[in-house]
Formats: sequence, structure tokens, C-alpha cells
Amino acid sequence: MSGVDPTFDLDGQPVALQPGDTILTAAARAGLDIPHLCWSEEVSGSASCRLCTVLADGRPVAACVTPAVAGQKVDCRTASLATQRLRLLQMLFVEGNHFCPGCEKSGNCVLQVQAERAGMTDLNFEVLNPERPVDASHPDVLFEPNRCILCQLCVRASDEIDGKRVFAIGGHGIATRLLIDSPSGRLGDSALSVDDRSAHICPVGALLPKRVGFAVPIGQRRFDTEDTRG
Amino acid sequence: MNAPPASTPPRKLRVATVSLAGCFGCHMSLLDIDERLFDLVERIEFDRSPLTDIKTVGEVEQCDIGLVEGGLCNAENVEVLRAFRARCTVLVAVGACAITGGLPALRNHLDVGDILQSVYGRVPDDPELPLPLNRVLPIHEVVHIDHALPGCPPPADAFWQLLQDLMAGRTPVPAPGLIRYD
Amino acid sequence: MGDAADIMSEAARAAADAVLDRWQRDPHALVQVLRETQAIMHWLSRPLLAHIAAALGLTRAQVEGVAGFYRFFHTRPVGRTRLLFSDNITDRMLGSEALLAQLCARLGVAPGEVDAQGRFSVDRCSCTGLCDQGPALLVNHHQVITRLDATRVDALANLLLADTPVEQWPAAWFTVVDGVQRADVLLSGLAADAPTLPAVLAQSPQALLDEVAQSGLRGRGGAGFPTARKWQACRDAAGDLRVVVCNADEGEPGTFKDRVLLAFHADAVFDGMTVAARAVGAQQGFLYLRGEYRYLLPQLEGVLARRRAQGLLGRDACGVAGFGFDIAIHLGAGAYVCGEESALIESLEGKRGTPRIRPPFPVQAGYLGRPTVVNNVETFCAVAHIARRGGAWWAGIGTAQSTGTKIHSVSGDCARPGLYEYPLGTPIAQILDDCGARDVQAVQVGGPSGTCVPAADFGHTIAFEDVPSAGAFMVFDRTRDLFEVARHFARFFAHESCGLCTPCRVGTELVVRRLDKLAHARGAGSASAFDIERLHDLDTVLHSGTHCGLGASACNPLRDTMRHFGAAYAQRATAPQFQPDVDLDAELSAARRVTGRTDAGAHLHTDTPA
Ligand SMILES: Cc1cc2nc3c(=O)[nH]c(=O)nc-3n(C[C@H](O)[C@H](O)[C@H](O)COP(=O)(O)O)c2cc1C
Ligand code: SF4
Ligand code: SF4
Ligand code: SF4
Ligand code: FES
Ligand code: FES
Repeated sequence: MSGVDPTFDLDGQPVALQPGDTILTAAARAGLDIPHLCWSEEVSGSASCRLCTVLADGRPVAACVTPAVAGQKVDCRTASLATQRLRLLQMLFVEGNHFCPGCEKSGNCVLQVQAERAGMTDLNFEVLNPERPVDASHPDVLFEPNRCILCQLCVRASDEIDGKRVFAIGGHGIATRLLIDSPSGRLGDSALSVDDRSAHICPVGALLPKRVGFAVPIGQRRFDTEDTRG
Repeated sequence: MNAPPASTPPRKLRVATVSLAGCFGCHMSLLDIDERLFDLVERIEFDRSPLTDIKTVGEVEQCDIGLVEGGLCNAENVEVLRAFRARCTVLVAVGACAITGGLPALRNHLDVGDILQSVYGRVPDDPELPLPLNRVLPIHEVVHIDHALPGCPPPADAFWQLLQDLMAGRTPVPAPGLIRYD
Repeated sequence: MGDAADIMSEAARAAADAVLDRWQRDPHALVQVLRETQAIMHWLSRPLLAHIAAALGLTRAQVEGVAGFYRFFHTRPVGRTRLLFSDNITDRMLGSEALLAQLCARLGVAPGEVDAQGRFSVDRCSCTGLCDQGPALLVNHHQVITRLDATRVDALANLLLADTPVEQWPAAWFTVVDGVQRADVLLSGLAADAPTLPAVLAQSPQALLDEVAQSGLRGRGGAGFPTARKWQACRDAAGDLRVVVCNADEGEPGTFKDRVLLAFHADAVFDGMTVAARAVGAQQGFLYLRGEYRYLLPQLEGVLARRRAQGLLGRDACGVAGFGFDIAIHLGAGAYVCGEESALIESLEGKRGTPRIRPPFPVQAGYLGRPTVVNNVETFCAVAHIARRGGAWWAGIGTAQSTGTKIHSVSGDCARPGLYEYPLGTPIAQILDDCGARDVQAVQVGGPSGTCVPAADFGHTIAFEDVPSAGAFMVFDRTRDLFEVARHFARFFAHESCGLCTPCRVGTELVVRRLDKLAHARGAGSASAFDIERLHDLDTVLHSGTHCGLGASACNPLRDTMRHFGAAYAQRATAPQFQPDVDLDAELSAARRVTGRTDAGAHLHTDTPA
């Protein structure tokens, strides 16, 4: 090895970087969390949620897809970025229909825990009240489009892991929505199997395997042990 | 400018509470602060609230704090909310229903006229009855809200912290762990 | 015709198959296949999309996703004749909305609706680039009608009601003039005795590149990136195949210079592309022509055919041994974001026009992963001149940092709208003077994503170091309401957002709703300082990190007009209290309907009293 690893500065801390690192992966290896929603190490990035926005030498970039550069100064924990994250989360909440008390994903939901960590107490914006019918046609998986945050994780998992291309993105602007590849456009007629990775990768309660319901009680869920859910 | 003599007990804060389109769950949670209630009644006085017999908010005097549970499902909710806003210096949205519309808002994709007709056949038209809104609304779309306490219901500790902060004249910032939405 | 939604007719299948064969069933041609199939079938039914998907080896959801992305694709039945009114603010200033209303009244349809007999449908679309000869409309995404007025609309209604084929409509309606008001080097065209392209290409690729470097030419499409640097990066990138793309998407409202360059100086543009290809070592060229300019296609194909016959394109192009280069034209289908170079490449590959994650940049991995140069029409046109007259000549025009000339598309409140070409560094005041603008309140330079310049700043110049411009120059006199201008642009951005990233997808919609509230078109019918605060909030979010430049500039008009014309906002936000976001009285409509109540208790004041 050629001595010291190159580093960049994240919120005042040096972070070692390796070839191919994004800002997010390098930070994660160093144990520093950059809040993120639409990124997963299992699939390629979509850079859609923008929650991971950091300032790289003053320029806003998505940490999940931006290569880390040695010597760069990266800010994540600033007051204005905290406000930015809060606003983005509020936008996702008002865009869909997120009523956590009635959602099976509560306690396991990445959107929810990010909002809790961001200190979100209200919605700030007007609710958009979308009208998207729930799709319960599949025997094993429920699709509740009103909770979909268009992160594309299912799209990419189906394509890149399952080799099926069950999902695609349709529409544009505020009418953008998740499409299902089947003659009826419904999940029941698609090639999706509950064993597919894409049936489980949804960070929110939009794609939910059926009949596991409240198998894990509230209070013992994925994020329940963390400090934000006391 | 002169500080009041230390011996004068601080004026009791006047607090009004109401449940609009809510389930009283939030009010129950407030009562869950248990023995701290004794502490609380030393320092606050209730105005209109399910805990008192006062029917109109702030009639006697302007309230310092208004706690609003539940969203808006009918015309009466709107009028009450407006009265709260007018008569409370600090207005707090309490619970998931006040903040998002909540469970009652699940009816929003249905036509409320059709619902009434299928429930009643002939829909009662008594002017005494408040008319339902087409959609259940979160309260921040109708009046300005100063603070919000999320949760269904918010944890008792969250109420306690909020009231303590307000009583101390601080801007309430919920501690980590006290923000949760379910 | 609409009832056949679920079965595909033989005719539809045959139409699609013929188009598919013409494109050799290449999935990358999907956008072109959809366009041409729709031109025959009027709209794209689900079975038709499924058929196309199967033929191209794509999933139906992918094809539905592409069809649903482009504004010009119809996935629901439309009229046999489809009219789209250009809806730029300048069209509106020329009375387009009244004409649209007049036509709809005559035809008995509402905007967006199809005639009961399936004869026609009428709607709006984003700017068609005919602002100097508007109000304009688009017929069947193919022809354009300019200079609409009440008489023309009346005659149009008669033709539509009589189901008269478009070919029999008065030819004069389709006239598009060049509108050149002030020509400098580019709009004057190449001198008759200019060196031929083969003579130019006799130089080495590096010499061509050096000449462009010396000229100091910066891109004319908006970002102003140094052209030679882009070319060098492409030339240095690894890979055997390279691509040169001419960006003729010209979607920025109020911009129409590229249309005129393509219509009257196409050879110069293709010369520039060929020089670029030689300089970077590209074999493949594309002209990405916005769908609104479909009417230019036959003419442009004609120019390319002639150039092939002249040996300027094809194998050993321009007589340079081993230099093979040809140019294909791809059409867009009504999506402003496809002007963004990486979205454009996605569209060229037959996909939804979603901007790519960068890096890699197009010069590293663009079309089909090949190093790709994307330049604006005007940039290529400038290259054609620079390659002949030398970089030093171009660098001698304009300012030190902004060399050469720039073409401005002037429209709005002025006596002589049209194209004005000046050296960069020309003051805004001079352009206003030359176009006969009186009593001007503001100019929107560079389109909605550019800058709103108030009268106090008319001494500024158009240059990269002062007020940069992608070519639009919309003039607003003192009678115009800059708040309404900003609201119009906000609708444009919300309509054009690709929907990928949260801040732009949701934020642009929230801006529209908040501005509608201020305009009394939504909610309480009045607004307060709380609403202004929310607007500042949204502006901050959209300026703090979107995936592409569309979202990043979507709030520019809002920010500029709030800063310079704050009174237009303040006078709409005079309520002392927060006012409801919803029309509360209207929220009681369903209950009133079923109770029949009309008493005072059956109504709510929407305004919060003081
Ligand atoms: C939303 C958006 C729309 C754009 N539209 C156009 C366009 O219509 N024409 C264009 O030449 N450049 C457009 N651009 C800029 C291109 O991304 C790119 O910078 C340009 O084509 C490069 O050419 P140039 O260097 O010659 O300017 C747009 C950029 C964005 C973000
Ligand atoms: S998806 Fe997450 S944020 Fe949305 S309702 Fe469910 S738990 Fe709440
Ligand atoms: S369904 Fe879930 S995984 Fe798929 S795009 Fe929506 S939120 Fe993401
Ligand atoms: S900013 Fe985001 S949503 Fe808007 S057009 Fe660009 S990528 Fe799409
Ligand atoms: S996690 Fe980076 S954009 Fe979503
Ligand atoms: S009433 Fe308290 S959360 Fe619904």
C-alpha cells in the first residue's frame, strides 16, 4: 500500500475513501450516517428522493450517487440542510397519503424514521390528497400506491435482481406513478412472486407482503429500538 | 421592566382544549401524565375543555394555550377551530388527526353526499345539524398553527414537555423519542 | 372510435408493423415508433402499446411509461384533428385564451375534451416557438398555424365542423416567416466565397479543435460551457465510437432562434456538426428536433439527402479518407426537459426523458454509452463560421469573456418582434430601443429559467459575465402584471417536471397552488404574509438541490419577481391573518346537495375575518 489513504472532510471529520466510493458509501464505512431514502446497496441508484443532499465544496449534490473526491469539503449536518431534509420529507408526506397509525409498515418504515429523526412535527404544506386505488389483486403482495414515494427500489430490484421488470415509472410531474407490467396493469396479473426481492425492498408501506400483518408487534420493530422511538 | 417580586406566584396559564374530528385518545394521553397533573393544575387553569363546563373558548379571558385534537370534518369544527385561533395566543395541533386529517380522512376519496344518502336514505336537513365537509381537513389548512404534537396519540411525556416549555416561555422542541407518528 | 379501447384493429396492427419495420424493430427507436404510429392512428391504445412492446422486446409497462411521459402522446382517444394552442405568456398577451374560448364555444367542446363524433379535440401546449407571429397553434403535432385572430378562428371552426381534411385548409395559415430584424454574422449566412467544407476539413482534427478553442466559443444552449473543452473531453474519452448531437429541442419558452437557423441556415448547422465529428472522431450524428418543429422535417431531410449526394456525409465524407459520418433526425414529442442534454440522450435511446445521473457525463458515456458531444443549434452554426474565418476573428467580436455574437428571440410588448443578432456585451436598453419597445417594465432574458430584468437594470449587457441568455427576450410593458407572468411560468415548470426528484416533482406543484391562492383562484379568496413566507420557503428548497437544471431554475421567475416587484405580491396578501388553503364554503357543496339546505348554517365564510 502506498501509505495513507486519501480522505475528504465530512462535517469536520476526515473520511477515508476507496476507489469507486460515493460520498455516502465512504461515510457509511466510517460509521457516519448520511440520511437517505431511495438508495440501497443492492441496486443501482435513482437519485430521486434527494434526502441525501450534501454540500460538496458548497455545491448541493446527492451523496448516494456522487463520487467522493479526495480533499473535498463536504457538509451534511448544517442547519440549512437540516431544514432542507425536513421540507423534502414534508413534501413526500403531503404528496401521498401517510397515516402511520393505520399503516402496517409503521415502525419498519424508512420514511417514517427519517421524518422522526429530522424532527418533523407537522406537514407544513397542504395535503395533495391523491386518488390512487389500492391494488390487492395479488395473492401475496399488496400495493398501496398512496404510500409510494417513487424511490424506484422495486423497479430496480425487479430488473437487476429478479430479472423480471415487473415495475416501471409512468406519467410525469406530480402525476408520476408506479406502473405494473401486466395486461390489466394490476399486480395480480404480473409475474411478481412473493419470493422476489422486489416484493420486500420497498422502504415504505407501498408494497407489502400479505398476511405478515402485525406479526411483529408495534414496539419491537426495526426502528423501535432506536433513540427516536423511545 | 422591573422584575416582579419573587414572592408573587406566577400567573396561571389559561389552557383550552377541544376534540374536533378526533377520538379523545389525545385527551386520554394528556391525562396519562399521571401524578404530574397535580403539578400542572398548580400552574394552569382550564378554559373550554372536556375537563370543564365552559362552553365557549376564551369567553372569560384570552387563553394562553389552545390544544386542538382532531381534524375538521364539518362546519361546526371549522367554527370552533376559528374561535380557538381567535382566543388562544398559542395554538397547538395535537395528534395525527389534527395534523394530517387522520383516520376520518380515509373517507376523502368518497363523495360525502353519496355516503349520507346511502346511510340515511332521506338525509336529515335540520338546521341544528352541522353539515359535513366534502373532505376531512387537517387544521393547518384553515388556521395558522404555532406548534404540533405528532402521535396517535402523542405520548404523555410529549404533552408534559410541551407544556413545560410553554410555561417556561421556551419554544417547544420535542426531545428525540417523543416524535412518533403511530 | 373511442370504444375500441381494448381491442386492436387490424389497421392499427398494420400501421404499427410498417413503422416498426421502417425502424428495424430497434428498441432505441421507441419514441420515433410511437410518434409515427400515432400519426396514423391518432392515439395509442393499450393493446397497441403492448403490440409495440412485444415487437421491440420491451415490457408493456416500459412502453406505457414512455408513452405516458411525452405530452404529445395520447393514451386515450382524441379527435381525428388535434389542435394545441401554444400557451406561452406571449401567446396569452396576444389574446390566445380568448381565441381558444371562441373556438371551443363554436365547436361545443371544452379544452381537453374530444368532440362527441370524434372529429376534433382542442387543448393547450407549451410554447411552440412562434412568439413573434403568435398566437399560434399546432395541428396534429405536425403543422403550425400562425397569427391567429378571430376571423381565422371562425373559419377554422367551420372547417373542423365540416370535417375538412387539413390538406384543404388555406395554405396562408401555415406561413412561418423568418422574422429576422437584425442580422449579424450568423443570420447573414456564409459568404458566397467562403471555403467549402471539404477545404475546411482538410485540416487535422486537432487544428479544427484549436481553432474553436482560440475562438473562445461558449455553448449557446444555456449553460455556456466552453465548446472546445467539451470536444476535447469527448475526444480524450475511451471508446471506439463517438457521437455528435445537435440539440434542437428549443423548449425554453420565448426562444425561436434555432427554428430560424434550421429553416434558413441548415447547411451551416450541419457543417458545424460535421466539423465537430471530425474534431472528436465521431461516426454518428443526430439532430434532435423538437416535436413542435415537425413541419421542418421534410425540408431538413432534403438538405441531408443533398449533402449525402454531394459527398459531405457518408463514407469518406468531404473527401477525407477514413472519415465516415452521417446524421439522422430524431423527433421529440413535447417534453421540455428533453432539452437537458442527458435527458435528450435518454430520449434518443427511446426512453423516458429523465435526466441521467452524472458522472458519467455525456462526453464520457452518452448515447449507448458512447462518448457524446451535445451542442446547441446556434453553437454549431457558429462553428461553421469559425472553422472558415478562424478563431481569432470570432474572439475579436463581443467581449473578452463572451466572444462572438448572440441571437435574441424578441417577443412581447414591442413594435418589431423577431430575431436580433448582436455581439455579446450589447446593453439590454439598446435591444429594447431597436425593437421599438415603449414603457417597459421588465424583460425576461433567457426564458423562464433565465432572469427577469427590471427597468433599473436595462443598462446591463447580455453576456456570460453580466446577464447570460439562452436566447429568449420577452418584453413586458407597464400594463403587464409580473405576478401573473411568474404564475404562468410556474405552471409551465410544474407541467414540464419529469417527476424524478422530490423537490421538483412536489415543489413545482406546491408553488402553483400557493400562487393560485394569491391569485384568488384557489382557497380563501385572499392571502396573507404566511403565504409569502411559504413561497420563500419553496424557493429555497428548489434552489438547494434538484436532480437537474429544470427544478433548479423553476423558481427563478418567482424569486426575481418577488424581489423586483414585491408590491404585486404584497397587494395580494393583505389579510392580517392566515387564510384557509381551501374554499370552505365549497367544501359544504355535497352536503348542501343532499340536504337541500340553504340556511345560514349551511354556509361557511371562507375568509377568516380580521
Ligand atoms: C431543463 C433544461 C432544458 C434545456 N433545453 C435546452 C434546449 O432546448 N436547447 C439547448 O441547446 N440546450 C438546452 N439545455 C442545455 C443543455 O443541457 C446543454 O447544456 C446544451 O445543449 C449544450 O449545448 P451548448 O454547449 O452548445 O450550449 C437545457 C437544459 C436544461 C436543464
Ligand atoms: S409508509 Fe411509512 S410514513 Fe407512510 S403511513 Fe406507512 S409508516 Fe407512515
Ligand atoms: S412501491 Fe415502494 S419501492 Fe416501489 S417505488 Fe414505490 S416506494 Fe419505492
Ligand atoms: S429537477 Fe428533478 S424532477 Fe425536475 S425535471 Fe429535473 S430531474 Fe426531473
Ligand atoms: S438517497 Fe440519495 S437521492 Fe435518495
Ligand atoms: S384523535 Fe388523537 S390521534 Fe387521532
